[in-house]
Amino acid sequence: MSTLEDRVRASLLASRRWHGAEIAFWLLALAVFWLFPRNLLLLNEIAILALFALSLDLILGFAGIVSLGHAAFLGLGAYAAGLLAKHGIGDPLVGLAFAMIVSGLAGLLASPLIVKGNDLTRLMVTLGVALILHEIANSWGSLTGGADGLQGIAINPVLGLFSFDLFGKTAYLYSLSVLFVLFLVARRMMNSPFGLSLRAIRDNSLRAAASGVPPSQRLALIYTIAASYAGAAGALIAQTSQFVSLDVLDFHRSADVMLVLIIGGPGYLYGGMIGAIVFKFLQDTISAFTPQYWMFWIGLFLVLFVLRGRTLIHGGVKLIMSRLPARVRGKRS
Amino acid sequence: MLTILFDGIAYGMVLFVLACGLSVTMGLMNFVNLAHGAFAMLGGYITVILMQRLGVPFLLTLPLAFIGVALVGVVLERVLYRPMYGKNHLDQVMFTIGIVFMAVAGADYLMGSSQQIIKLPAWLQGRFNIGGVGIGKYRLFVLVVCGILAFSLQWGFTKTRFGSRLRASVDDARVARGLGIPVNRLFALTFALGSGLAGLGGALGIELMGLDPSFPLKFMIYFLVVVTVGGTSTITGPFFAAMLLGVADVAGKYFVPEIGAFIIYVLMVILLIVRPDGLFARGRA
Repeated sequence: MSTLEDRVRASLLASRRWHGAEIAFWLLALAVFWLFPRNLLLLNEIAILALFALSLDLILGFAGIVSLGHAAFLGLGAYAAGLLAKHGIGDPLVGLAFAMIVSGLAGLLASPLIVKGNDLTRLMVTLGVALILHEIANSWGSLTGGADGLQGIAINPVLGLFSFDLFGKTAYLYSLSVLFVLFLVARRMMNSPFGLSLRAIRDNSLRAAASGVPPSQRLALIYTIAASYAGAAGALIAQTSQFVSLDVLDFHRSADVMLVLIIGGPGYLYGGMIGAIVFKFLQDTISAFTPQYWMFWIGLFLVLFVLRGRTLIHGGVKLIMSRLPARVRGKRS
Repeated sequence: MLTILFDGIAYGMVLFVLACGLSVTMGLMNFVNLAHGAFAMLGGYITVILMQRLGVPFLLTLPLAFIGVALVGVVLERVLYRPMYGKNHLDQVMFTIGIVFMAVAGADYLMGSSQQIIKLPAWLQGRFNIGGVGIGKYRLFVLVVCGILAFSLQWGFTKTRFGSRLRASVDDARVARGLGIPVNRLFALTFALGSGLAGLGGALGIELMGLDPSFPLKFMIYFLVVVTVGGTSTITGPFFAAMLLGVADVAGKYFVPEIGAFIIYVLMVILLIVRPDGLFARGRA
């Protein structure tokens, strides 16, 4: 006799189990360190972008919160980590934790605005918050360096052992480790009753509330978590490049990360990473021959993507993903 | 002091003309169109090109900007926008951001990234002095033009058959369709009108707001503020919202230039907290 509770538990446990393709993905991510030793800086950027997109996935893919200003938390984290390092505390892990706390707090403060209101208000508020932060960073030059950017950041070696080098060796491994750990946490979280309740709210908030899920609390919580994830991505930017510019708060960051997530497909955690790889690859290729008008091509890509090929990439991935477990299941039965 | 108020009102008027088309299309199709600023920019560039390259007088360029952008609006609505109505907000946002990016890069490519300057006719330059209050002639001109537009829009919206059909469709498109109102055609017309107005606003605004390829991004937030604060079911809502925004922005930049740009953002966030459905929202059943 299986009750509903048992079945839910069983399904959550099943989704928590590691899949062969997932293990392969992470092994590959580690393997590229030796495969492409010349492209480590680019790989590092991909890892950071993937973390940022993962953060957006938590709110957009799982909780259905549309955000046009996610760069606010990225930038906040970057400035927090950068400022901490500039003022003497150069340990990267401390900086990372500090950035996550600062961004998380900001997310918590902003969450009441996000929780109530419809898509349009959310777009406005997120956009507004990001613009406010951009203005602050721009005009508070004594703290942030204004338009010149924050210079003079000195980062100590990770764990006191691995110092950052010019070729991005430490940087990539460090970013990848942070991404992996935070991914594990996110994965566990989304395959828990909490993650399930978020999806319920996304699909039908009224009904979720009627079945005993408090939507506003849950949304506020996930928004805070996602903000701190974005803060971590910002900290990685600041620490691996040892420089923070106003660019981290720019509108195009928020738009880019949305595109990244949509390319990869929201709602299954790997979307951000796949999207980040595709996006960076595209950016690298296109800007190689037309650096100035990269924006035009990305715009065209967005338009075509929404009109036609939305399912192209992540549909393909999902197809593979859905075939694989079918075979595994077939073996078992 | 009164000069600032006057400038603010003129600025707000332009904002209203720019944004009112957006508010109607947003209300009518529930379509989040972030690319509205791109239409305004197009209007601005039409004026600039006509004046600089072809020597067309300023006054004549205004209706041309309106018509040109309205035509582009009709075509784009048919070809690109229509498939987007049924999609979710996320897709619409992505789509229109894509359009904005293309417009920004395209304008940069075609026109260069510098600020565009137009030479106003002599009778619009300089300022009057009435009772110690300095009034810019051009601002007065803008005020009159936009005032007439606002009144005729309000009249058209409340008194004509077109207006009442439009209001019915905004309130409930399905029922309106059931009653035999051609909502799609109505929408195409409104879209054309709205983008035409945006083009006109862009042309009028060159002198007040400047014009460069980043225009659609810079003013996106302003349009959205006007629409969300003003609500989408009236003309008066966005009108007062635009006035408020214009005066607050001009006054803020004048009195406290260091933090001037914050004022509208903070104002917007506060307004959205206090009145999430807009400043003048009617109770909607």
